[in-house]
Amino acid sequence: MNITLADLIPLQPLLIVTGTAVVTMLAVALKRSHGLTAGITVLGLLVATMVAAELMATANDQVTPLLIVDQYSLFFTVVVCAAAMFITILSYSYLAPLDDDKEEFYLLLGIATIGAVVMVSSNHFVSTVLGLETLSMSLYGMVAYPVHSAKAVKFPLEASVKYLVLSAAASGLLLFGMALVYAQTGTLAFADIASSAATAGMGTGFSVIGLLLISVGMAFKLSLAPFHMWTPDVYEGAPLPATSYLATIGKAAMFVVLLRFVVASNALAFESVVAVFSLLAVASILAGNLLALLQENLKRILAYSSIAHMGYLLIAIIASYDAEGAVSVEAVSFYLLAYVIMSLGAFAVVAALSSSDSEVDRVADYQGLFWRAPWLAAVFTAMLLSLAGIPLTVGFIGKFYLFFAGVEASLWLLLAALVLGSGIGLYYYLRIVYKMILPVPDSSALPNSAGSLGSHSVLALLLLLLIVLGVYPAPVMAIIESISTLI
Amino acid sequence: MILVALIAILFVGGLLAWASERINPALPKYLALLTILLDLLLMTQLLQAEPDGAWLALIDVEWLPRFGIGFFLAADGLSTLLLLLTGFLGLMAIGSAWEEIKERSGFFYFNLLWTLAGVLGVFTALDLFLFFFFWEVMLIPMYFIIAIWGHENKNYAAMKFFIFTQVTGMLMLISILVLAYFHYVQFGAFSFDYRDLLNVSTSGRLEFWVMLGFFIGFTTKLPSVPFHSWLPDAHSQAPTAGSVILAGVLLKTGAYGLIRFAVPLFPEASLAFAPVAMALAAFSILYCAKVAFAQTDIKRLIAYTSVSHMGFVTLGVYAWNEQALQGAVMTMLAHGLSAAALFMLAGGLQYRIHTRNMPDMGGFWPRVPRMATVAVFFSIAALGMPGLGNFIGEFLALLGAFKANIPFTVLATCGVIFAAVYSLWVIQKVFHGEFRNEGFEESSLADLNRREMVYFAAMMIGLVWMGMYPQSFLDLSAGSLNNLLAGTQELLALAQE
Repeated sequence: MNITLADLIPLQPLLIVTGTAVVTMLAVALKRSHGLTAGITVLGLLVATMVAAELMATANDQVTPLLIVDQYSLFFTVVVCAAAMFITILSYSYLAPLDDDKEEFYLLLGIATIGAVVMVSSNHFVSTVLGLETLSMSLYGMVAYPVHSAKAVKFPLEASVKYLVLSAAASGLLLFGMALVYAQTGTLAFADIASSAATAGMGTGFSVIGLLLISVGMAFKLSLAPFHMWTPDVYEGAPLPATSYLATIGKAAMFVVLLRFVVASNALAFESVVAVFSLLAVASILAGNLLALLQENLKRILAYSSIAHMGYLLIAIIASYDAEGAVSVEAVSFYLLAYVIMSLGAFAVVAALSSSDSEVDRVADYQGLFWRAPWLAAVFTAMLLSLAGIPLTVGFIGKFYLFFAGVEASLWLLLAALVLGSGIGLYYYLRIVYKMILPVPDSSALPNSAGSLGSHSVLALLLLLLIVLGVYPAPVMAIIESISTLI
Repeated sequence: MILVALIAILFVGGLLAWASERINPALPKYLALLTILLDLLLMTQLLQAEPDGAWLALIDVEWLPRFGIGFFLAADGLSTLLLLLTGFLGLMAIGSAWEEIKERSGFFYFNLLWTLAGVLGVFTALDLFLFFFFWEVMLIPMYFIIAIWGHENKNYAAMKFFIFTQVTGMLMLISILVLAYFHYVQFGAFSFDYRDLLNVSTSGRLEFWVMLGFFIGFTTKLPSVPFHSWLPDAHSQAPTAGSVILAGVLLKTGAYGLIRFAVPLFPEASLAFAPVAMALAAFSILYCAKVAFAQTDIKRLIAYTSVSHMGFVTLGVYAWNEQALQGAVMTMLAHGLSAAALFMLAGGLQYRIHTRNMPDMGGFWPRVPRMATVAVFFSIAALGMPGLGNFIGEFLALLGAFKANIPFTVLATCGVIFAAVYSLWVIQKVFHGEFRNEGFEESSLADLNRREMVYFAAMMIGLVWMGMYPQSFLDLSAGSLNNLLAGTQELLALAQE
């Protein structure tokens, strides 16, 4: 199949992100300048975000059999590019004191974003794997980035190797599953799997095992329990910008693929797949929330909380089959958006207080933050309450969607797990809030004033989004409703 | 519009109070006072409003069209009474915090006003999503009030309060969503509008469970045994103003929810469930009265008596006839004042002598005659002395409940005797006998000052008014209660056909 010039128009966001990575590389080759590289990346991602938003009104094309550019993929392209841009801004002040070359981090970040954009536009196994590997390969580098720094307090190399090995194993499972499905159906495109499911191939032989292997592979990447072991260690060991990239974009892109795959391929028509998904959901909700109770490190708490949130999201995925996708697909989209905003916000606060030579990531370090740096504490409180699903924040609307999806599909047991998990979750989120409102201790690790102008404006923007989408989400709801009909 | 203004004023006032702390730490309390007074002024406007159908004031604009959610606020006589109670107790709370809260006063008044805003929202929201929204909004500022300005064990108490109400709130959310989904199945569109949801036929297997979601959500807030255990902790740890708002207003949101939503939305299931609910109420009344008697911490004691008294409300609501409902509403109002006053007295004592432990106290009457007299007045009010508001409420509630279920009503009536025992016991412990001052300076025990006398006098007048001329309150709520009764009777008649 030939690619015509007209095909390139819907691919613009992807091309711009790719171009940004190339320009970044050339700029580093010509002249090392931290500010310049970061600037180019921010600019490129900003343009990509705007172009993708602009295209949303018109585009709806299958460009080559590998990529689909519809409103759904463009919506998440916007989310991914905007989040990547925010992380770039946060990285700038975080990396500033690093005693090593800083510029390549932005190159890795740009390439990872290419992978994420490919993933959200993928409806074919090949593009899924290509996107996923591009994303993961860059993340290995980002996680290990400060490895040569003498001042790095963490253990980035351990985190990176752990992530590399487990992620490669998961990719292996994923590929094996895909191969089995291919052997049965003779196709790699999501949509064709469903049509051949009606005929012979699916439902017999190895295809169910194939679907289960694919689910397990994806569960690894999404860190769903019991495949979550790597998450807390990698989150803790990685530098903060890499952690926030992994936690937000890494998860969201994978989930978009999962949703598209599940809906298009009708995988949930098999009871065994539903059973596995339900078990994954319940296990993640319980394991994530219960283990988070035991943590003293903020990055580990957020890691376990992300495990729980992925479990919540899985409920909506399961509902998408039972309820014929009425609200549940929208629920996944909205909750993903909410999740990206609130967890990015939470990491952004930690990043604003930290730098590559000292990370403020113990809960105890936050004692008295409310009186020392009220603005940062207020943002952090808002983000944590949103993660807990309290009104006036986007997290509440997201929870509302999930509950609605669950009710529609009558998934009472999963809803019970959701209530239980959220109840436990409240405890560790509030524990952090409580720590912040205690009086300032005499020996406080907190800097008096923290964060650059850039990170503060990112925080302000995220807080604004958090509250606007929590109070008046109607416009975004309308967009999500219209994009979700396409999937 | 007036309802939006009522809530918006509190939200804005709270923000201003917080911001004003930077200018002068004394400024927030004046701003908070001004905000509440403005709100009370507006509420009196509501009293003079011409009823438009069943509602005195109403606003309904589209909010989240995807789910048929509207920004729908409306007030009838019942809500207006509770709005006035909220405004009045808000004023009292500020009075009691006036000297007690010295640290971070801006953030304190911010939280206080936002809690009140959430409560006003709960009393007026008639879109169930909006109702739930406000229901949760009032939790966070209350959490902060307990967690920042509370006493020795504040973290535990605040956390317990939050988790109890939030988790049971989620059960209620599921019930609300099931209702909205039923509406979709039966009428082809999502709706969270109270008027629409009343038409949803919920008969069937699920009705009981959906009703139970509401019941648990509301009786946790009320609270009733077995969901009450957060209350004694929250009360004993909260600062005085927090206790006033908790006992006076927040508990009433649970009772209001039962009257407005739990029973009218599920008349059949509620009818079937009434004996269980009344049994729980009677058990609550007796058990908590007994437990109150065993307390040494004066605030815990008052907290348990609150649970005991709120049992009369549950009893009245599930009797579901006019007298019982009127009694429940009167109990809500009168208990709001008497419990708030008792907490203010306990808080005042603690502020002076830094202890809530009753064995450390005794023989205070000659030192603080004014305080002792006031305490006797409110204890007598709480035990249900004729001539004061609580008597009217409990009498009507029991009278109505007697028609519905005789055994549990008889049991519940015994609670009135227990109330007399523990109320007088407290007075005797603290104010009579030999003077004891263990662990505090004798000089710190000062009598009520003029500011305190003013707000106690205001509450006394309120209770006497309720007791002597209850008709002025009954008239206001009668219309709304009769509407609710008529609605459920219609539905029950339909169901029986």
